[in-house]
Amino acid sequence: MSKFKVNLKINNIPVSVDEGTTILEAARKLNFNIPTLCHHDDLCVAGNCRVCVVEQKGARLLTASCATPVSEGMEILTNSMKVRQARKHIVELLLTEHNADCTKCFKNGHCELQEISNEYRIGDHVFIDLLQEKDRVQDISSPAIVKDDSKCIRCQRCVRTCAHLQAVSALAVTHKGNKMRISTFLDKPMNDVICTNCGQCINRCPTAALTERSYIDQVFDVIYDPSKFVVVQTAPATRVAIGEEFGLEPGTRVTGKMVAALRRLGFDKVLDTDFTADLTIIEEGNELLRRLKEALVDGKDVALPMMTSCSPGWIKFQEHLYPEFLDNLSTCKSPQQMFGPLAKTYYAEKVNKNPADMIVVSIMPCTAKKFEAERPEMRGSGYKDVDFVLTTRELGMMIKQAGIDFNKLENEGYDSILGDSTGAGVIFGATGGVMEAALRSAYEIVTGREVPFSNLNIKPVRGMEGVKEAAIKIKDVKPEWKFLEGVELKVAIAHGLANAKALMDRVKEGKADFHFIEVMACPSGCIGGGGQPIPTTMEIRKKRAAGIYDEDEHMALRKSHENPEVIELYEKFLHEPLGHRSHDLLHTHYYPRKRH
Amino acid sequence: MTRIEEFVKEQAEKHGRERSSLMPILQAVVQSERFLSEEAMVAIATELDLSTADVFGTASFYTFLDTVPRGKNIIRVCKTITCHMKGKDAIIATLEDMLKVKLGETTSDGKFSLLQANCLGWCHKGPVMLVNDEIYPEVTPEKAVEIIREYLKKTK
Repeated sequence: MSKFKVNLKINNIPVSVDEGTTILEAARKLNFNIPTLCHHDDLCVAGNCRVCVVEQKGARLLTASCATPVSEGMEILTNSMKVRQARKHIVELLLTEHNADCTKCFKNGHCELQEISNEYRIGDHVFIDLLQEKDRVQDISSPAIVKDDSKCIRCQRCVRTCAHLQAVSALAVTHKGNKMRISTFLDKPMNDVICTNCGQCINRCPTAALTERSYIDQVFDVIYDPSKFVVVQTAPATRVAIGEEFGLEPGTRVTGKMVAALRRLGFDKVLDTDFTADLTIIEEGNELLRRLKEALVDGKDVALPMMTSCSPGWIKFQEHLYPEFLDNLSTCKSPQQMFGPLAKTYYAEKVNKNPADMIVVSIMPCTAKKFEAERPEMRGSGYKDVDFVLTTRELGMMIKQAGIDFNKLENEGYDSILGDSTGAGVIFGATGGVMEAALRSAYEIVTGREVPFSNLNIKPVRGMEGVKEAAIKIKDVKPEWKFLEGVELKVAIAHGLANAKALMDRVKEGKADFHFIEVMACPSGCIGGGGQPIPTTMEIRKKRAAGIYDEDEHMALRKSHENPEVIELYEKFLHEPLGHRSHDLLHTHYYPRKRH
Repeated sequence: MTRIEEFVKEQAEKHGRERSSLMPILQAVVQSERFLSEEAMVAIATELDLSTADVFGTASFYTFLDTVPRGKNIIRVCKTITCHMKGKDAIIATLEDMLKVKLGETTSDGKFSLLQANCLGWCHKGPVMLVNDEIYPEVTPEKAVEIIREYLKKTK
């Protein structure tokens, strides 16, 4: 469809843009920066905060530039006296209801409201402060997300995120007038509602109304405690994003620097969740093959399609909204939760440490992992398997607090054991990655040959399309897998829970005959996780994904079943995939939850 | 299926399951139950495939869609400026005294809730009082007592 061009002038400079472009987008094209708060590139237009107002020549009222499409002959001023004054007043009004305790705020230095207040040097209280003492209450019921209404400017980015990107709507606009707030069902605590803890709202909140529950102090405490042996694991997606906290381009691969920084922070051993990602592939791949065998050979009524279980936001989503499909979820724990019990059993024995004195910390791109670690069933080792979960952002903060000049660090490697990984483990960080890693191994296990894709790159499962589908024909199988001869393995991948819901509804209606489904709760997968550096946009996420695939291509080994430490783990400890020990330590079960 | 779930289902059959069906269903439940219980809101959300927070958000916007239990008769005294100047405070005080409740509360026998309302559009005949769907203009404390006595007689 060819688009009509619209001609207008912004600050007296002529510009021609596609019909339907907003004034804000047209101004950006000319490099005029208009501040925004409720606007977000990932979300639909709201137009409620008004800080983006501009003056249109001939119009009596100012116009919200984020919500107004351009029209022919328009003349816009983005910085007239009227605009400047209005914008300043708007920010001042927002501040009358904002708990501006910036120095002790978790978002200090990363707050969009603070940034725009700074630009206008707003300090004097022109208007009466409306925030009351009783409003200064934080909801800390959730182990993952802190909700602080005294910081909220009611821009509703979180509401739109929760509804449109995640199809959860745990948060909604409630009450009205001066009592209007962003709240949950019956104003219940966050931990008691349908919230999946995905943290996408945090990634888009312009202030500190929604933040992760921080465990920085607790982690420093155990690091300083000489009686504790503190090991840390790092998720795949952190290594292509942590650099952003230090001014590097999104997607910059800083694995070596991150490892060095963790060592300097005082962790006793720096290990890798990528190792257990590889292990997940072995367990989950075998689980899939077993389910297929049971369905195709034994004629058993097994739950298919099998669905991945790495994403704790997705798990909670299923428990709330599709409890009838819990049997379809792989029983495999997520890589984080496979790491915990292995560290406190197999690894503790190897390094001769008492697991009671061991602390496992994870660095995750995720807030839901904080919730996952608290699940009562995650105690396979006899201890709490993962003690503390930090987001990528929290790690950035710790590195700064410790005075480590991140960008000048020399690359260092992970400790052994539980530190070795393959490219297949790394790509868990991007949507489609678990599927690709699983296919690389499963296909080879069944046929003895590599997957028939150039350089092992299974392109059809990559990319940012909401729901991806692929089929791979299995031919010339090994004798023990002859029931799979000629089978076309059908897979689907969804990222972002709204896409997952669309896919689940197809499955529910019986309109999807997939064998295996990968779902990541967050848009673009873990690289777009709720614990990743802020801001997030599609462009940023694409760069991080490129970083992930680049990291994969640079790995010596790129198939999970070739990870030597994983092979050793099976020889010396687990003995076989889906075996007795695996069952005790690496697999779990799920519980239906109420839909509210 | 509980009684409420069945009722909500009937309403959904009648009004449809679109998002725009939410308001008539909420109103029907309030009409029948006098308030929206947690169970009712969950049932509506389930029936219409909406989130419970969305249902609550909509309900909490409207004063007449109560989300806390109310008495069999709901008294609403207009609180806006004209009725205020014409003496709504005296009416409220008298009713508080008569019913032994404070504003916003429900009598222990569950027969009355005493609330305030925003402008009811009867400024020319203030102060006004609304009991259930019945409007009473130009009330005095004495008249108010009389009116409520009548309801007391009718309410078992």
